[in-house]
Amino acid sequence: MEKKNLKAWLYLLPALLFLGAFMVYPLIDVFIYSFEEGYNFASQTYSGVGIYNYSYVLHDPYFLQAVKNTFLLVIITVPLSTGLALLISVGLSSIKPLKELYQTIYFLPYVTNTLAVGLVFMVLFKKTPYTDGLVNLFLSWFGAGPVDFIDGPYWAKMFVLCFYTIWIVLPFKILILTSALASVKEDYYKAAKVDGTSRLRIFTKITLPMISPMIFYLVITGFIGAFKAYSDSVALFGTDLNAAGMNTIVGYVYDMLYGDSGGYPSYASAAAIILFAIVLTITCINLLVSRKHVHYE
Amino acid sequence: MKIVLQNLTKKFPNRNKKNRSEIIAVNDFTFEVPDGSLVGLLGPSGCGKSTTLNLICGLEKPSSGKIFFGEEDVTNLPPENRGVGMVFQNYALYPHLTVEQNILFPLQNLKGKEKLSKQEMQKRVQEAARLVQIEELMERRPGELSGGQQQRVAIARALVKMPRVLLLDEPLSNLDARLRLQTREEIRKIQRATGITTIFVTHDQEEAMSISDQIVVMKDGVIQQIGRPQEVYDHPDNLFVAKFLGTPPVNVFDGTVRSGVLYIGDDPVCPAPGIPDQEVTAGIRPEGFLLQEDGPFHCRLVGVEVMGRDISIVCTNSAARTGQIRAIVGASHAAGVTMPSGSDIRFSVKPEKAAIFSRESEERF
Amino acid sequence: MEKQLEYNKIQKSAKLHRTLRNIVTYALLTFWALVVLFPFYWMLLTSVKSYSSYNAEYIPSFFTLSPTLQNYKDAFTSVPLGKYLGNTVIFAVVTTAVMVVVITLSAFAFARLKFRGRSLVFTLFLSLMMIPNELVVITNFVTITNMDLRNTFTGLILPSVTSVFYIYLLKENFEQVPDELYRAAKVDGTSDLKYLCKVLIPICRPTLITIIILKIIECWNSYVWPRLITDDPNYYLVSNGIQEIRENGFGRENIPAMMAAVVVISVPLIVLFLIFRKKIMAGVARGGTKG
Repeated sequence: MEKKNLKAWLYLLPALLFLGAFMVYPLIDVFIYSFEEGYNFASQTYSGVGIYNYSYVLHDPYFLQAVKNTFLLVIITVPLSTGLALLISVGLSSIKPLKELYQTIYFLPYVTNTLAVGLVFMVLFKKTPYTDGLVNLFLSWFGAGPVDFIDGPYWAKMFVLCFYTIWIVLPFKILILTSALASVKEDYYKAAKVDGTSRLRIFTKITLPMISPMIFYLVITGFIGAFKAYSDSVALFGTDLNAAGMNTIVGYVYDMLYGDSGGYPSYASAAAIILFAIVLTITCINLLVSRKHVHYE
Repeated sequence: MKIVLQNLTKKFPNRNKKNRSEIIAVNDFTFEVPDGSLVGLLGPSGCGKSTTLNLICGLEKPSSGKIFFGEEDVTNLPPENRGVGMVFQNYALYPHLTVEQNILFPLQNLKGKEKLSKQEMQKRVQEAARLVQIEELMERRPGELSGGQQQRVAIARALVKMPRVLLLDEPLSNLDARLRLQTREEIRKIQRATGITTIFVTHDQEEAMSISDQIVVMKDGVIQQIGRPQEVYDHPDNLFVAKFLGTPPVNVFDGTVRSGVLYIGDDPVCPAPGIPDQEVTAGIRPEGFLLQEDGPFHCRLVGVEVMGRDISIVCTNSAARTGQIRAIVGASHAAGVTMPSGSDIRFSVKPEKAAIFSRESEERF
Repeated sequence: MEKQLEYNKIQKSAKLHRTLRNIVTYALLTFWALVVLFPFYWMLLTSVKSYSSYNAEYIPSFFTLSPTLQNYKDAFTSVPLGKYLGNTVIFAVVTTAVMVVVITLSAFAFARLKFRGRSLVFTLFLSLMMIPNELVVITNFVTITNMDLRNTFTGLILPSVTSVFYIYLLKENFEQVPDELYRAAKVDGTSDLKYLCKVLIPICRPTLITIIILKIIECWNSYVWPRLITDDPNYYLVSNGIQEIRENGFGRENIPAMMAAVVVISVPLIVLFLIFRKKIMAGVARGGTKG
């Protein structure tokens, strides 16, 4: 028995080592960092223990800007992307010819490099002295004036960020919802049809409740994902997000850690923990809401 | 409401890419279901019986032919305008709704002048629930019910909108053996009580025979025989029908007709009046044998199986298609069967339990 | 007869509705398909426009009559795109290979070996799935820096060679293999390791392949960690490379050359996706999320 135990642990050893060193230890350490005041990265010393780091972060205008950006992004993209994905999935499930082609196309953004395609979006939206860019060309057809979406007004930049985020997250949601829709048994629809149920009623009374667990799963993962947005923003606006005013909370954490404004792991830790607390709270609220509205088999 | 099917045909495109020919699920189906009767569509799986049901309820459009409810041509009418109630094989109860909400569901679909007031709906739901005896289950969800209870809820949901026609797809296949007996009686009772013309589909011949006013035996999309259960059992039109009905199954022999007598091997088994001399196929029901010491039919005894009231005698005969044959005789007659296996045993055959088919067409003479 | 007429009307309107619905559905689906495809088209198109013709277009044109491959040449010569690609391939291959070994061993231990504390350890593993990367990255950055592993492949690879989620996925798959096979192997005197290599892994190959593909995609697209841990362009991966190109390469405004680089970076994954489309989509549907 002893020998058997030992062998099992031997099999687990690599995973335990890596997880311990790069998951468990950092998790504890990040809390310690966040309470060490005046931490000096070079000498690895600190002057005291307290909540100064948190108070610094919470008073930092860059952080507040990042929080505002992140919340806006979450509030706009989560409902929009989930709704759009639902619409597209329902359309997708109702057709036969070309279905696979559409499915393949819709999945493409999932396998693209966020940074690389973000560059394309930047080119499409950017207004330079040489050209107004393609999107502005579209806008001009409708008589709307040229807007610089990349270096221009805040709402324009926010619009691009939301648009790109939705473009990126939609493949996953469409995939999940299409398979959820496909798993609803055909018999339910037949029964409803024989009973003369209108299409709208079939959708709201049968389809939606049946796939509600999956919708809910997407909302939760959508919230978590959107709160952690970062690389989409970098892809569009470059690495100096604070200057562009388009930083996100995660971006703030990394900027505190590294780069021109970096070298403050304590502030970064405090910010990361605040983010974690926000995400945890929202997820709990989501779970509570779902108890009431989601049907589980 | 009588139902008339006229030359009904349904073809499906073949999904197999190499073979582009169409699959004919229902082939030139003509048949009339009398008003208020209970009809069983019977056949092995893949014979087109479910497709027929789907055609009648409107979930599928026929390739050709017509369907009438009474005098109305409903062939191209969508299902919701036909006034049919349907019970699905897996019941298709909405798992997120309570029993009451499930039964209420079809009523809430009604629009325009058919729309019912809240009280009326409630009354109808209560009536339907009482009919199938599930009043005490109204607040439960389908997941909390047994198979038999779900079945009743499904029937109540089909009945609540007072359909002109009730359709049941394999209504008993998801129940265990004991419940099946009980439920089929109940379906019969409910059908009698409401008087709704009812068609149900099954692959279980016993089920179909026990409760139907009429059975329709199908094979490969073609009607084999229509008639009252006993009639079809006693006078099968062809070998397929004879083999499909009855447990234990009919015993099939290669035989010959010579001057009006059926010979199996060299034994003159029973008279075959009016059939010209030729090679034939003969089917004899297990209960068609009588033990008789000087009987004309010689077999070799294999064993005796006691089944309580009856016993079943298993023997071999070289002319039997399956090698073995099975005869069922009353227990009292069988008291004399004490000889060891391998010995000779002799029967006489009841002519009314024997059917003679053409060797080639397998049609009955 | 009157009723028959009414039926005809019902039938006709139902047909009209169906046709209308189909048109709207296809229009919507096609619209979004265009939105998805357009950036890809645009990057391909721009990448074959010459620098001068691109800059001469005040109003962008939707096609070009004189495609050139010059931009691709530039992408590989004036910035070290080849180096970035090579780095990413090394990073992806090594990370994935090490990860597969690590997760296979632990999934096997959880699925087949009986030892004390198995369920407790497994629960702890699962709870690690909830920890966001952002929390642990900070300390990992400090750790790797202190170990003097910045700008090395070791530093890049080490933190991402385990995945609790994949261990979980593989363990579930291992457990589906009937116990009898394990017992039969034991009776025949097969060692655990041999059983794992000769029986379990071949049987569970589809899952392993899915995991490998998903991990390669993840590696190819990873940005945050490489950015933190490398500031020497010799160790840049494609994501950092493209960011570097954007900010410093090609003298800023050479958009066609940038697009050529983007195409080069995007194509491998798209090809991989088109080959393993079914596997990837099934794998992602089973619980992958972006990043």
